[in-house]
Amino acid sequence: MTTDTKRFERSDFQTDQEVRWCPGCGDYTILASVQTYLASLDIDREKHVFVSGIGCSSRFPYYMNTYGMHGVHGRAPAIATGIAIANPELTVWVITGDGDALSIGGNHLIHTLRRNVNLNIILFNNQIYGLTKGQFSPTSELGKKTKTSPMGSIDRPFNPVSLALGSEASFVARTLDMDRNHTISMLKAMREHEGSGLLEIYQNCNVFNDKAFLDLTAKDTRDENRIWLEDGEPIIFGPNGEYGVTFDGKGARIVEVSQVGRHNIHVHNASNPDPSVAFALSRLAHGPYGPTPLGIFRNVPVPSYGRLLEEQITRAREKQGPGDLAKVIRSRGTWTVE
Amino acid sequence: MSDDTLTESRPAPEQIKDVVIRFAGDSGDGMQLAGTQFTASSALFGNDLSTFPNFPAEIRAPQGTVGGVSSFQVHIADWDILTPGDRPDCLVAMNPAALKANVDDVVPGGLILVNTDAFDERNLGKAGYDENPIDNGSLDTYTVLKAPMEELTKDAVKDSGVKGRAALRSKNFFALGLMSWIYTRSLDPIIEWVDDKFGADTPVGSANVSALRAGYNYGITTEAFHHTYEINPAPLPAGEYTNVIGNVASAWGIMAAADKANLPLFLGSYPITPATTILEELARHRNFGIKTFQAEDEIAGIGATLGAAVAGSLAITTTSGPGLALKSETLSLALMIELPMIIVDVQRGGPSTGLPTKVEQSDLLFAMYGRHGEAPLPIVSTSSPSDAFDAAFEAARIAIKYMTPVILLTDGYIATSSEPWKLPDLDALPDISRPYATHNGEGPFLPYERDPETLAREWAIPGQTGMEHRVGGLEKDSQTGNVSYVPENHEHMSHLRDAKIQQIQADIADVEVHGDGTDLLVLGWGSTYGAIRTAVDRVNKEGLSVSHAHLRHISPFPKNLGDVLARHDRVLIPEINLGQLSKLIRAEYGVDSTGYNRVLGQPLRARFIESEIHDILNGETS
Repeated sequence: MTTDTKRFERSDFQTDQEVRWCPGCGDYTILASVQTYLASLDIDREKHVFVSGIGCSSRFPYYMNTYGMHGVHGRAPAIATGIAIANPELTVWVITGDGDALSIGGNHLIHTLRRNVNLNIILFNNQIYGLTKGQFSPTSELGKKTKTSPMGSIDRPFNPVSLALGSEASFVARTLDMDRNHTISMLKAMREHEGSGLLEIYQNCNVFNDKAFLDLTAKDTRDENRIWLEDGEPIIFGPNGEYGVTFDGKGARIVEVSQVGRHNIHVHNASNPDPSVAFALSRLAHGPYGPTPLGIFRNVPVPSYGRLLEEQITRAREKQGPGDLAKVIRSRGTWTVE
Repeated sequence: MSDDTLTESRPAPEQIKDVVIRFAGDSGDGMQLAGTQFTASSALFGNDLSTFPNFPAEIRAPQGTVGGVSSFQVHIADWDILTPGDRPDCLVAMNPAALKANVDDVVPGGLILVNTDAFDERNLGKAGYDENPIDNGSLDTYTVLKAPMEELTKDAVKDSGVKGRAALRSKNFFALGLMSWIYTRSLDPIIEWVDDKFGADTPVGSANVSALRAGYNYGITTEAFHHTYEINPAPLPAGEYTNVIGNVASAWGIMAAADKANLPLFLGSYPITPATTILEELARHRNFGIKTFQAEDEIAGIGATLGAAVAGSLAITTTSGPGLALKSETLSLALMIELPMIIVDVQRGGPSTGLPTKVEQSDLLFAMYGRHGEAPLPIVSTSSPSDAFDAAFEAARIAIKYMTPVILLTDGYIATSSEPWKLPDLDALPDISRPYATHNGEGPFLPYERDPETLAREWAIPGQTGMEHRVGGLEKDSQTGNVSYVPENHEHMSHLRDAKIQQIQADIADVEVHGDGTDLLVLGWGSTYGAIRTAVDRVNKEGLSVSHAHLRHISPFPKNLGDVLARHDRVLIPEINLGQLSKLIRAEYGVDSTGYNRVLGQPLRARFIESEIHDILNGETS
């Protein structure tokens, strides 16, 4: 819904609150991307609601000049569900982190995704607990040494994209904090999609987990490790397009294009109703190490929970007429005492 | 053959003032249904009544065992009654286990109707009887009426198309028919219900009606059943009545509140016994625009409810003790943000899973104090099934007017039991609406500016232009709502949140005192109302000087409560807990009371409260 005459500047979405993330935090870039994207839209500021849980990223709503709510740890998807269902006119954003969404709030995340509530969920994944100063999180790699895992973490991590696809989320994507253009294109696709979307953003915590995404961000390694998923395009990557993804009897594999031939490279189809292909793509990398897919894994049309609920109300009214409480309280039989 | 022709052969029934009947059988025997239909028929006849269903937590507990017995007690009367009765005058026992579980409660000389077909060696063994109690003289103090209900039912339904063991499912209708004969009830409302539910011409429908008639006819033709009874209609205040259970009345009260507040209604809940039927009732009324959301857990239930409150709905969540524990954190957030919300706690036996289907009043202190930080909120309580309508409406009124979550306490007894309810004039209910915030655009919008009278902040909802703001769990500046860690601001806000709740006292009704006796005040709250009132009326008839006061508001207490306590020499507080209101009264007023505290998973009984009153006034209890 962009227009030629731009209604907003990025500054229209900034608040007078001092942003209190650590200098150099990836959150700043994400904030800028979101504000820039919202300013490009023709949607009234008051129609946006940002809901967060607890954690560094969850301070986000305080810095957005929209309606916002800083909630309870892990429960942002539940709170946002109530907002989205109660008023389908709103554009509701959930801001969450790897601890908030996947540890304490794991249950709400998977149920919200399967229900397809109309929410845009942005998951800031920095693979560490930042606000409590550096403990391993549910996405930290095995063996990670932190204050609570001095001998190395023995906690097997989640792959958030796999988890979302396993919940049959209808929109799942991944991007990098530092790539603002790609982030904005992912935000746009997510907002334009009906129902729940999950956008995982690899976000650098320069204080407690610096350089966690180096394979994907360093100049000398990023080209060989970023697998860009483009809908309708063969999945080819590498500095000179020398690598590709193919499906054979063993599932998705990374191959050299020259060895299998270009016609055997898998053509990405984000709207494939079967989530298992997208799931296989998500397993190409278990974390941001080595070649890792980025972009939209899945984007399928599924009616949102809110829409189905509104349709039920319309149907009930067509069938039974508008509610009449005087009738309801008499519906179980009455008698009159003279 | 209609009722009228059946009635012709009826010997003159004995006129009685009231009767307490308990239908008891295996949890699959349909005793709740038999009891409910007997009640419905009595209600239409114009009796006053009060019911008490009692069932195990298991859907199908082991058949034939004492643990699997389900019962439904109904008290019907020609006068204004308040309880389902302490002890049954008549017990229907569908099997030996039902007899064993209930016979000790039956009043001496009472009637016991047994289904003799179930009293075989196997069932006797399962119930733990060495010999058949029907034959060994152990029931000699009662009048035992016997009917081979299974044989007679099978015979009655043979033309219906229902065959084999399925035919036996109609035996509850046989019992119902026989009881309708004994107590001179009309079969017509029951037959109408069967027709509505199953269709009178379907095999199941016609089997049930045949069994019902067969039971009635068995009474006509069997001399043992020729002593019958009749209870005249009760002189209730004129008006239109329905028979309502507490959970449904709560749901309707909330619907009425949404209407009078002119707000969309949202309910976010997770199924939990004994609260679930509120969710079920509201889910039936989509045409009202009601949005019910069955969440993945208790926390998501209140989370979504809070979200709906943010968005401007009248937002409700329903639960019981274990769920209230899970909701505690989000409840604190709602209180911190200051949004209207109703949390209905249908209390059950605890702690932990406790007694899921049984009544207790043991969440009172948890409702008062079960939150982290200084976190006061209003508590409204319900005293009977029909009262749940008014209590729910009052909870909503306070929540909206004062921008605060409110806990509505009901319990498992109120939830499932029923009584006649004189239908209210819905148009006469007060307007409880409060407009959303407005802002003239001059200066910044201050979301935590307060109405000086109510101390309530304004309710600005997403979608409203020019009032974009952020709320959250962090301490906030008293005006802007922005995050503030200023020490004095936190202290100011803590006092403000407390003062907001305390000053609601000026806006709630005084507690009414029933009776003018000053020797003893019996103070109660919740579902003990009927038992306390009955006991107090009885002792006052004997010439004692006792009063009864029953609390609608527990937080804050009504403003006259201190004076009422001071006017009486002694205070007795009966509760289905170990003395929780007593603690609050002592803390607030420095008044020591005597407790009558039972946690049997059963409603309190009037006669025990009565003897407690006697003991106190005779100086036997200190």
